[in-house]
Amino acid sequence: MADPSALSPLAGRSPSSRADGAAGALPPGVGQGGVVMAERALVGKLVLRGDADDAGFRDAVRGALGFDLPLAANTASGAESTTALWLGPNEWLVATAPGAETAAAVSLKVALSGRHASVTDVSDSRTVIRLSGANARDVLAKGCPIDLHPRVFGPGRVAQSLVARAGVILHQVDESPTFDLYVVASFAGYLWDWLVDAAAEFGVAAGR
Amino acid sequence: MLLIDCPWCGPRDENEFQYGGEAHIARPKDPALLSDAQWADYLFMRGNPKGRHRERWMHRSGCRRWFNVERDTVSHAITAVYRMGEAPPATAKPAATGDATSAEPRSSGDPGQWPAGGAE
Repeated sequence: MADPSALSPLAGRSPSSRADGAAGALPPGVGQGGVVMAERALVGKLVLRGDADDAGFRDAVRGALGFDLPLAANTASGAESTTALWLGPNEWLVATAPGAETAAAVSLKVALSGRHASVTDVSDSRTVIRLSGANARDVLAKGCPIDLHPRVFGPGRVAQSLVARAGVILHQVDESPTFDLYVVASFAGYLWDWLVDAAAEFGVAAGR
Repeated sequence: MLLIDCPWCGPRDENEFQYGGEAHIARPKDPALLSDAQWADYLFMRGNPKGRHRERWMHRSGCRRWFNVERDTVSHAITAVYRMGEAPPATAKPAATGDATSAEPRSSGDPGQWPAGGAE
């Protein structure tokens, strides 16, 4: 469970403060394209499992979350405040605003009581790196085997794959493009540094 | 490098997957009735055909689901992908390659069909 006073895995990191101490001053060109990186710290995360073929299960989840679960493979639904990501035919990740995961878990558990379903708080398992900017796609393409061309991969798409050999859940949030990378906490520092290095040629800036 | 068509996620790079060995090896219904040789045959002996081979894969870095693939062990061509519990596609029957040394894939779940000591 995310405690507001807890340090997130990437607390204190910015594109200009590299873990290896290398000179990481922001290259020129920021603001004219390039890449923007930020950690969405302490986002709440719940793993929801249940039978997608059971209309009662889907209705109960809709009642608790306020939107339908994504049933198509590798898609997302919901809004920025609460998002559901498809992880498997009977498995979803529900991402909530920091601190909202407990209330979301309770409302899901109440709605699903008596059903063959489970809700597990996994908020601290991963953190979220938000990568945006005109060249965000080019940076990901350096280390991800997924075809990220807009023809194939667009807003609302999700993929579980590898980026620089680290397992991530990749979610394209909007067309700008903006990507959320859900990465296991122990890999977060490594992936952050890899992304900064990969993005340097395009110019990389700290996001909000 | 293989491009494997996950039944849920679509075509993905081979290094997202984990190999799970030959498919359709049914566990004997009553292991207590088997001799040690028959049990060892079930546990360890596999067809190893030269040609089409039905095998299990798991999308480890993706949706983490197991599924079946039919792959040619010579050309690596993948001729079918189907989910766990589904029957293999009839059109994709493993074929003898015409090579006298290549054994037909064993009909699994029938332990003890090989003579002790192994014919291969």
